[in-house]
Amino acid sequence: MLAVFLSCIALVAAVGFLSSRWWRSDVTALEEWGLAGRQFGAVITWCLIGGDFYTAYTLIAVPALVFGVGASGFFALVYTILVYPFVFVVMPRLWTVAQRDGYITLADFVRGCYNNRWLALAVALSGIAATVPYIALQLAGMQVAMAALGPVFGAHASGWPLVAAFALLAAYDFSSGLRAPASIAVVKDVMIYTLVIAAAVWIPMRLGGYGHIFSAAARSLAVRPVPGFLILPPKQYLSFATLALGSALAAFLYPHMATSVLSARSARTIQRNAIVLPAYTLLLGLVALLGYMAIAAGLHPANANDVVPQLIVRMFGPHFAGFCLATIVIGGLVPAAIMAIAAASLFARNVYHASPAQEARVAKWASLLIKLAALAFVLSGRITYIINFQLLGGIWILQTLPAIVFGLYRRRLAAPALLAGWVAGTVVGTLMAIARGSVYPLHIAGLDLTAYAAIDALVVNLVIATACQLFSRPLARIQDGGQQPRQPSSGQIKLAVNDSH
Amino acid sequence: MERTGARRRWNWLLLLPFAGLLWVPLYARQTPELFGFPFFYWYQFAWVIVSAALTGLVYRLTSRGE
Repeated sequence: MLAVFLSCIALVAAVGFLSSRWWRSDVTALEEWGLAGRQFGAVITWCLIGGDFYTAYTLIAVPALVFGVGASGFFALVYTILVYPFVFVVMPRLWTVAQRDGYITLADFVRGCYNNRWLALAVALSGIAATVPYIALQLAGMQVAMAALGPVFGAHASGWPLVAAFALLAAYDFSSGLRAPASIAVVKDVMIYTLVIAAAVWIPMRLGGYGHIFSAAARSLAVRPVPGFLILPPKQYLSFATLALGSALAAFLYPHMATSVLSARSARTIQRNAIVLPAYTLLLGLVALLGYMAIAAGLHPANANDVVPQLIVRMFGPHFAGFCLATIVIGGLVPAAIMAIAAASLFARNVYHASPAQEARVAKWASLLIKLAALAFVLSGRITYIINFQLLGGIWILQTLPAIVFGLYRRRLAAPALLAGWVAGTVVGTLMAIARGSVYPLHIAGLDLTAYAAIDALVVNLVIATACQLFSRPLARIQDGGQQPRQPSSGQIKLAVNDSH
Repeated sequence: MERTGARRRWNWLLLLPFAGLLWVPLYARQTPELFGFPFFYWYQFAWVIVSAALTGLVYRLTSRGE
């Protein structure tokens, strides 16, 4: 098993090394990543976006949650269905503005739109902060996959999988970074599809079919100390729907996703991708069912997050299991590297304001710090389900939604109001997450409003922003009376032109 | 230019997946089952296909004449 595992990792590394020599170029990291989207056809773009999206989140975190709690874990399937209609409608509009004004990050867009550097800084900081726990999820996913290989450097060294995961990520980032070519994304996708199709066909055959898996899961979930449910009970409707909606609205605000969209070849490319990317959603749904298959197979891992690697080792022969575990590690590694570099470039560009000459160096250091922060998240070890890392990131990133969506459609709220909303939403969301985790049990006037804290925080954000806008308007009128009219920003003029067609 | 706006109206069709999936009481049930899948599950899987088809339809409707 270990030999196959290591061969697979080595093979992918070789593919990456060879093709990065093929397409060598000198442009800066962020633009180069964008270029990948421009120079390749629809199929490879599809692999790139899908590859960034479906990660250890899909392969480890979602099935672990389904194994642990049952039906409510399927919010992830609803989320990955709803994200594409949203992308289809909103993102082409953003792309059009970004293309014309040369924006490559959402913070650029906000800066140009509102001509307010504090709001742009807030958007950048949210992007960086939200990426850190998302990378932590990838590290934790790689960790559990490698732990399933068994004791490799002696049984006493139980910390090695995390050390290995971090070392792999740092080495991968150092050697190829964003140059990590499209070929790796293609190889990775082929590996993941092989794993998923094998698992979705072979494991149910061994366990007596899907009908049997569902009924076994229902029986076992019902008798847990904290009962789970095969069919969502009414008290979980709201949390299920808000988790799905919040995640769907947040997904493309992450720096690495936003950049992949903004650098697409055309607005129509984004829309075509939004039509075909749901193929990955089917895959996510099938992988989520691995959680139930693990229950039906009678697995009792000490930690729910170990459930997929253990199921793989139990169900498949050692060679194929080695391949599968390598797939999971690659599936976490590649997006983690892209996330780290996207967030680091965002730091260099929109927080540090590095000159082009400094940019690469600043980004490299920032990337290392971001990865170390992610490692600290994993080591903090307070989390039962690693999906909570991503949900925490979602709370932060979703607070940038008003600035971006209002910037695109209706410029009703001014930058100071949006900034006040952002502060309020971020603080409230963070406090909720610290107090009770990502799903907050809110009770108002006898109503059980237990929901995803990102949505609660977004409501606070919008209320505060609107209130500030209403109260500041008379004030602003007084101030405007005594001052020269301000030069409108270039972004506003251009956007006004754009709105007319 | 007005024609673009008229065509863009088809985008509203894309609210259907949101309605169909966020109104959970609609599908949080065991039956009818399909291939051993409880309704709660196959309904969601079906929406993956329906939503992609709707998006494709809106794409065609909004790109006519381009």
